[in-house]
Amino acid sequence: MGEFEVHRVRFFGLVPAGVRCLVCQPRGGRLALARTDGAVEVYNFAANYFQEKVIPGHEARSVEALCWAAGDRLFGAGLGGDITEYDLARLCAAHSVDGCGGPIWSMAANSSGTQLAIGCEDGSVKLFQVVPGGIQFERNLDRRKGRILCLSWHPSDTHIAAGSIDILRVFDVRSGQTVQRVMVNYHVQKVKRECIVWSIAFLSSGTVVTSDSFGRVQFWDWERGTLLESHTISTSAVLSLAVSEKEDSIIVGTSTGATYQFQLLPVKTGSLEKRWVRTKPFQHHTHDVRAVAHSSTALISGGLDAQLVIRPLMEKMQKKGYEAALRKFTFPHRRLVSCARKARLLLFQFSQHLELWRLGSTDETGDDGEVLPLRRMPEHLVQLKSKGPEHIYCSCVSPCGSWVSYSTASRFHLYRVQYEGDGVSVKKVPKVPKLLLPAYQLQFSSDSSSLFVASARGSVHVLQLLEPGGCKHLHTLQPPSGSPEAVYLLASSADGHWLAAVGGDWAIHIYNLKCFKHHCMVPMYSCAVTAVAIHPVTNNLVITYSDQQLFEFSIPEKQYTAWSRMVQNRGLHKVWLERDSPITHITFNPKNPSHILLHDIYMFCVLDKSLPLPDNSTLLMNQGTLKQLPETARQRQLHAFKICKKFQPLLFADLLDEKCLVMVERPIMDIKTQLPLPIQQKKFGT
Amino acid sequence: MAALCESFTLCGLGPSGGVGLGGGLLALEPGPDPDHVLLTDRGRTATLFKVSDQKPLGCWSVKHGQIITCPVVCNFETHEYIAVHDDKVLRIWKNEDTNLDKVFKATLSADVYRIHSLPNGGPVVLFKGGGVRTLDVLLEAPQQEIEKVISDEVIKWSEAFMEGQRLVLIFATEKDGDFFVYVQKLKMNTLHKYKLEQQELSKPMSFTAYIKNQIITLLCLYSNDSVYKVSIPLQQNTEEEEQILSKSLLLNLSLSGSILKGTSFVVLDKDHIAVLGSLAASGEESKECLTIWNTKFQTLQTSKELPLGTSGQLWCYEEKFFFTHGKVLTVVMYKCETSSLAAAVGKLKDSQATDMSSFVNWSTLGDEELVVSFQSQQSVALKSESRMTLRSKRNTVAKVQPDTLSVGQHLLNLKDASTTVFEDELRQLMSKAQMPDLQATIGCVITALINRCKTNPQYYPRNFLLQIVQTRDLSYSLCPDLMAVALEKKDVHLLQICLQRFPDIPEEITYACLKVFLSISEAYLQRIDVNLESVICYIDIEFNNKEVKSEIVENGFNTELEQDIWDTKVTKETHLMTEGEFCPVGPQKAALLNAVLHSAYSETFLLPHLKNLPAQQAVLFLRYLYYLYVKCSEKINTTLPGIHSPTINQIMDWMCLLLDAHFTVMVMLPEAKELLSDLHKFVRAQVRFYSELNKIEGSLRELQRLNRQKDSQIYSIEVLELI
Repeated sequence: MGEFEVHRVRFFGLVPAGVRCLVCQPRGGRLALARTDGAVEVYNFAANYFQEKVIPGHEARSVEALCWAAGDRLFGAGLGGDITEYDLARLCAAHSVDGCGGPIWSMAANSSGTQLAIGCEDGSVKLFQVVPGGIQFERNLDRRKGRILCLSWHPSDTHIAAGSIDILRVFDVRSGQTVQRVMVNYHVQKVKRECIVWSIAFLSSGTVVTSDSFGRVQFWDWERGTLLESHTISTSAVLSLAVSEKEDSIIVGTSTGATYQFQLLPVKTGSLEKRWVRTKPFQHHTHDVRAVAHSSTALISGGLDAQLVIRPLMEKMQKKGYEAALRKFTFPHRRLVSCARKARLLLFQFSQHLELWRLGSTDETGDDGEVLPLRRMPEHLVQLKSKGPEHIYCSCVSPCGSWVSYSTASRFHLYRVQYEGDGVSVKKVPKVPKLLLPAYQLQFSSDSSSLFVASARGSVHVLQLLEPGGCKHLHTLQPPSGSPEAVYLLASSADGHWLAAVGGDWAIHIYNLKCFKHHCMVPMYSCAVTAVAIHPVTNNLVITYSDQQLFEFSIPEKQYTAWSRMVQNRGLHKVWLERDSPITHITFNPKNPSHILLHDIYMFCVLDKSLPLPDNSTLLMNQGTLKQLPETARQRQLHAFKICKKFQPLLFADLLDEKCLVMVERPIMDIKTQLPLPIQQKKFGT
Repeated sequence: MAALCESFTLCGLGPSGGVGLGGGLLALEPGPDPDHVLLTDRGRTATLFKVSDQKPLGCWSVKHGQIITCPVVCNFETHEYIAVHDDKVLRIWKNEDTNLDKVFKATLSADVYRIHSLPNGGPVVLFKGGGVRTLDVLLEAPQQEIEKVISDEVIKWSEAFMEGQRLVLIFATEKDGDFFVYVQKLKMNTLHKYKLEQQELSKPMSFTAYIKNQIITLLCLYSNDSVYKVSIPLQQNTEEEEQILSKSLLLNLSLSGSILKGTSFVVLDKDHIAVLGSLAASGEESKECLTIWNTKFQTLQTSKELPLGTSGQLWCYEEKFFFTHGKVLTVVMYKCETSSLAAAVGKLKDSQATDMSSFVNWSTLGDEELVVSFQSQQSVALKSESRMTLRSKRNTVAKVQPDTLSVGQHLLNLKDASTTVFEDELRQLMSKAQMPDLQATIGCVITALINRCKTNPQYYPRNFLLQIVQTRDLSYSLCPDLMAVALEKKDVHLLQICLQRFPDIPEEITYACLKVFLSISEAYLQRIDVNLESVICYIDIEFNNKEVKSEIVENGFNTELEQDIWDTKVTKETHLMTEGEFCPVGPQKAALLNAVLHSAYSETFLLPHLKNLPAQQAVLFLRYLYYLYVKCSEKINTTLPGIHSPTINQIMDWMCLLLDAHFTVMVMLPEAKELLSDLHKFVRAQVRFYSELNKIEGSLRELQRLNRQKDSQIYSIEVLELI
């Protein structure tokens, strides 16, 4: 097929923030995750754990606790002292209520989702009523000294267990009185250190499970205040704990990065007496596991090493397949890099700043695998710092490289970048039009004459860019039937004729830009869209879904193409479907219209539509084999998927020109070096 | 785990050979060759079978009216068959004879109970009166008078063994419910009578026995469904009185709720016995079955139901069981692996790895190893036997409830006993099965022996000590004076074994051993039995073997790697180092020195002692170390072949230590000069060679580092080809 000159970029210094809390939607298929920088993410189990929604962080809004209430409403509380409800359609904080108890350490919703309890720095436990449009303070429970670090409702909603320092308390919700008080370090002789109860769970049997800084997981009878069982599982703290819905399994996370599963098992087969037994240890993390969650089929843990690990419980799996694979997410399921093809610039998006880099160049050519000598080194041109506490939602650089734009929750910025010799000047475009903010995705047209701004309620704003540095709001595109969800993916055609917009409801609308009219809607598919792109020659829209399906939709003909139908008939290769990370970017080679270039975190693929599709009996990743075959024998072995796994983890890949690719990698080791040292553990023999 | 494998029918049986007591066969004896058995029925016929072919090879019958009364056995030396019919008529014939009327016949003067034939000993005839004759003696005068040893007792069972070169016959008799055991040593012509300890309400039904380490272990199946074990030491000097044999419970044949009524049994190995019997659960009909039991874990390992019934007889030859089942003779093969907890949990290391001596081997604590076979054990005959005088000193202590006395008391009582009695008692003490703290007991026994040695300078039970040290896992601290006495007596063999086995020898003693080994003359060593396994694989027996020498020259270095660079130097150097090619000491001394090299030591504690080594001996030792070093370097993996041979690290450590201790002396000593210079040259050559390797390693590492460095670049432009 040919050789590419690959610009292998490793200078994108992204360090994902650590995972602070995890909570599964009760009886729902979603997982909410909060990071240490205040960002909140929602993962959809049904869409192959796709990272469906991201609400970027906020400097003043740390999240210490998350909970789902009243079905699908998500609340967060943090050391700022506020309880915030998140608007999952508009992807922003909807409204906040001051908890009036100082920093909030913990929050829990009752089983019906009608009440929230928060645990505050001042030792108070406060109840809030969840009402339409917000929450209402209800009352305080019996207040004692000592911050409330964790809370758990009894499933019958009559009692609340709260963990504090050295102590756990049980409140009667009706009277608000403390009905039980247990010193957790009573059994330990002469302890000087304080024992922090990091996490607590109230089981329906009346057992209270605590995990503490002494490395213990303890089971208490709350009525008698007696210790039922104690398991010391670590020399360092056990930070997090989660119980399965059936209350037969518990996952705990420790500060050494290990997680353990406890299971309630019969003492003997057939016996009615059951005990909690520590069954499976896992070491997926290198740092503190601050958050764990227990879905019906998987153990989920998140650590300060920014990894989200989903470990399916094999006993709950019917068959081997996508569901049964262990998956680790370190990077977001969307791209943080944009590329100015013509100007050979890369724009990197960090949480609070942007970096603009110019790629290097070479004069040489070489053989496969060869590293070419550089004529010019890459150059860090500009760093744009976002002012204010809000984190950046999205950013984009125009193909010509002279426009850079980004958006935060409340502000939209457009810059004009000018290159004079080696110097670069950045000028902010004044008086940008007032738009419905935040913007979730920005996309410049291929001729850099207009900017598309993805916005809430399914709308897309079209801005016209004016020389030498101005802009004008042209039009707002909206789906004819309306939509509550924000648009999170955009794709424009090279001829400037078409625009595709994907909303949070996974509907893909196509607009005609010549007349600013809704053209059509791609038939709905029951999975999240991970990437879209419009072919520059044929104007076919290529769509990838989180279940690894791939569709090609002809915009002019308003129907799936013959090739797409053929793919659906034949089915994709099993190995392709079993990949566990979504395609995050699609691009094309204008000189070779049959090629589709796509990538996920672990591979880069050139899909050649002119070649036959592989069936399950052939090797999908056959590049290595092909390279060993003589030219004549290769022909028979060729198939459509040309996969390269050399570049990992791959955050971004794009085609600069016909023979030139850019690959942005972020080695995990480089992230690890940015993290604080993990707890030193003595290993045998060292 | 023991397991029963496939079974097949060897032959059908006539009407007399059927099921039930009184039926069955007279006996099944091993045939002249492996895989052959001789079957004697209760009538007139004996048949020879090839087992694996299930085919009769020959069949002989006596005339009508006659009846075979003693099982046909095979004389393994002459390949003749021997039978007795009508109690007194002896017949001997060969394979090619067909008519028994025409073969050799001798009428004896007394009734024969049984003839025992062993592979490496002639047949022995046991008469019903208890008299014993070898066949040879009997044939010289068939009508000779046979003494009556037992009066009214009836022989129930008999068995013969080879112990070393001696034939030992053991038989059990019964009289009025009392059971007696006789042990007859044939060449010595001694007979011991023992009485079996009474057991209320039950009596022995079946016996079997084996011999190991001069101790006969008799196993008895009692009617109370238990197997008991009785140890009878072969070294017995007190002759005149019958002793009571105490027994210990080996196995209870009961399963949860059901009891195995055993009728006969055989020993399979040290942990397994097979029992044929009927399994009776309460309220159910009993079923006959063949079972294998583990005596160590007291568990039933496997069983096979025999619904057609048996005659209650069971034989076992060559890993096959033989028994009658219904109207046929059935053969069942079995597998019996040594059972251990480690094997049960899958953690058994291969036997090579367990070679390292462990201090306490808990698995052998309770029981000595049993081996059932006719194979003669390593004979450790007592030299003291010749000195044995018949003493009539009665040892009451041993007889009256020996179990209730503690070992310490026992030893105290023995303090003044005579040498032979003393040794006998110690042997007996050690033969006690299921002693809770055997290790400590052995320690006490050795201490008692050593104390006696100290008080009586003439007394030194060389073989007894050797036997104890070889068979038990001891340590220096358990018997601190043993090595000191051995050093005094210059018992180098014992010292060698101690050095190999004891993990905690003080450096002072190690040094003393070294000194003794170096000073002892080669001529003296030639006469002494030393374990040579550590030297036999590499030492040059013929010193002027040119071929061996040239091989050394070639292999003195790793030729492939360095040939190009070192070609010239090597040849030069090897000429100079011919000194190091011959072993400067004889194989015995080398083996002893290897034992020293093998022992554990701490440099700090050894060095002060080593300084006292006389210069001549130090040079000799260094010469030997140099020789080992050169030998080691012949091979690319720098290890010497053989078991317990010293490793290169041990050699180098000792060499350094010795040079440290004697450097100044060595420099002054003229005879050491050449040795040192040779050593220096050899070491220098080696250093050069290794530095060359070092360079290669450096380049390779650099290569790897470059690879890594390439990876860590933050930006590169690479070529990627997609096909």
